[in-house]
Amino acid sequence: MTSVHAKNKNKGFIYHLHPPRVSQNALKYTHTWGLGGSALVLVLMQIVTGVLLLFVYSPTPEAAYLSITVLQQDVLFGRLVRNLHHWGGNFLIFVIFFHMLRVFFTGAYNGKRKANWWIGLGLFLCVLISNFTGYLLPLDQLSYWAITICTNMFEYIPYIGTMIQKIIIGGAEIGKATLSNFFAIHVALVPMCLAILMPFHFWQVRKAKGVISPADTKGVQKVPSVPHLVTREAAMALAVIAALFLFSVLFNAPLEDKANPGLSPNPTKAPWYFSGLQELLQHFHPSIAVFVIPFLIVLGLICLPYLKFEKATGGIWFLSENGRRMGVVSATIALVFAPMMIVLDEYVLNISRLLPGLPTVLANGLIPVVLTMIFLIGFYQSMKRKYAASAEEGIQAVFIFLLVSFVVLTITGIWFRGLGMALAWPWDLTVNQINSIK
Amino acid sequence: MIMAKDQKEKSGQTLESRRGFLKKLWIGLGFVALIEMAGLIVAYLRPKKQKPDAETLGRIITAGPADDFEKGSVTAFRRGQFYLIRLDDGGFMALSRKCTHLGCTVPWVASEKKFICPCHSSVFDINGAVLQSPAPRPLDVFAVMIENSIIKVDTNKKTKRSGFDKSQVVYL
Repeated sequence: MTSVHAKNKNKGFIYHLHPPRVSQNALKYTHTWGLGGSALVLVLMQIVTGVLLLFVYSPTPEAAYLSITVLQQDVLFGRLVRNLHHWGGNFLIFVIFFHMLRVFFTGAYNGKRKANWWIGLGLFLCVLISNFTGYLLPLDQLSYWAITICTNMFEYIPYIGTMIQKIIIGGAEIGKATLSNFFAIHVALVPMCLAILMPFHFWQVRKAKGVISPADTKGVQKVPSVPHLVTREAAMALAVIAALFLFSVLFNAPLEDKANPGLSPNPTKAPWYFSGLQELLQHFHPSIAVFVIPFLIVLGLICLPYLKFEKATGGIWFLSENGRRMGVVSATIALVFAPMMIVLDEYVLNISRLLPGLPTVLANGLIPVVLTMIFLIGFYQSMKRKYAASAEEGIQAVFIFLLVSFVVLTITGIWFRGLGMALAWPWDLTVNQINSIK
Repeated sequence: MIMAKDQKEKSGQTLESRRGFLKKLWIGLGFVALIEMAGLIVAYLRPKKQKPDAETLGRIITAGPADDFEKGSVTAFRRGQFYLIRLDDGGFMALSRKCTHLGCTVPWVASEKKFICPCHSSVFDINGAVLQSPAPRPLDVFAVMIENSIIKVDTNKKTKRSGFDKSQVVYL
């Protein structure tokens, strides 16, 4: 032991973030799917490609679009670098989303991991902001109009919405000030926050004695990180980098015509990660869709660590065998229910027509929300009774129901909305109409 | 002895409370400084008054003589980002081209005599009133002024409205 200590004297700092020894149980791939590590690799890739882009890009409305075309046509590997950065940002949202699901479904968010759940939420927010601000920078038709509709959503937040919107876009409409704001946030503010929060995040995992493991694996033997953990991390990192390069070689990042404030494309869609939110806008009153529902989601995520558990289930996927069964049932119900409601609301259901004279805030807002709440409470109670489940298994079932519904909304927004945002089949859409994912 | 102990305790207490007071003062001052900083940052980031130029709003635009606009016509003014409407009864209105739903630019579809938003298919009539949601309110209006039969539109101030009424129309 002493010799190991002596040899590792200078590694003290690294050991604050990366363990010298690791439980054999934590090495199993399906325990974490390597998602946190993949996110780190992608962030590092974003920094490298982002710095390369900075040398060519000019953040003024006159020059921005031109600099992107120059990058793509005249700079050696310019298009590849842009593709890597574009898809890397998209991959990152994807990977962090699944990382959060892993943390949720293995119960790694309470007790001594409470603070780290919040740090993780902060990191996810940073990545979302980074993607959103980066979306505007090419200043083509796609980015101009996506950012226009997203920033206009702020108007529906009561009292402070218009003020926030004005500060973000720096004036009455998207222009020079908006581009400066977004550029500063994208290349300075968000990277700075990431640089502070990321080491903090890793240190917290270390302090909680590594990734979460089931209680019955406490006695499992520990092995040295070198080579056991490090070779696995390296393999995962190389696989992620290879996947990103392959994707970037095969698919080009979209670039439409230069932004034209006088001509809105039909349809205009938000970036794909906000298309669930945009789909909500098709069904609910805007104040509900862009304020009440997102507010409730964020509140729920922040309060999650306060959930009291009846049993020690940390590290067990989906809490138990029972929880897993309930999850499959909930997901199936959502897969049938959500598309049905979308189609019903689009073609049949119309509360304002059923109850004429009612203000739309009630008809398209409060009434559907209250009905949904009543449905969810009923769903929770009946699932709990049917499976003789614990409270946390019931909550997990509701969570899975909401999660799958939101995924259905997102997919509908991306692939099933065509001209004038009417429902359409994906194979009837032109590439321009799907544009948000192109 | 007792007296001495009392005195010691007393002085200790005053020392403690003095220290406690100073500590609270520091924390209080820290909060004041924090609020000041936050205020400064918000003030720094507040949008500056832009100098009006050809492409931005915020100036009075001369549309032209009233006779140039036929009754029942809609004329787009790209510079001012508005439509000048001449209603069938000869009245004038200036409508913002920005959809009240999420800010897309609404084109006038002459064949249907409607404004149809390409983004989320809101539909407005020639007065800007909503014919089909999701738009929550009619198109915003700019003030129209008529001086010696010359139509001018003030793009400084956009007015939100909940419905169409005659007071929004300006007559010769």
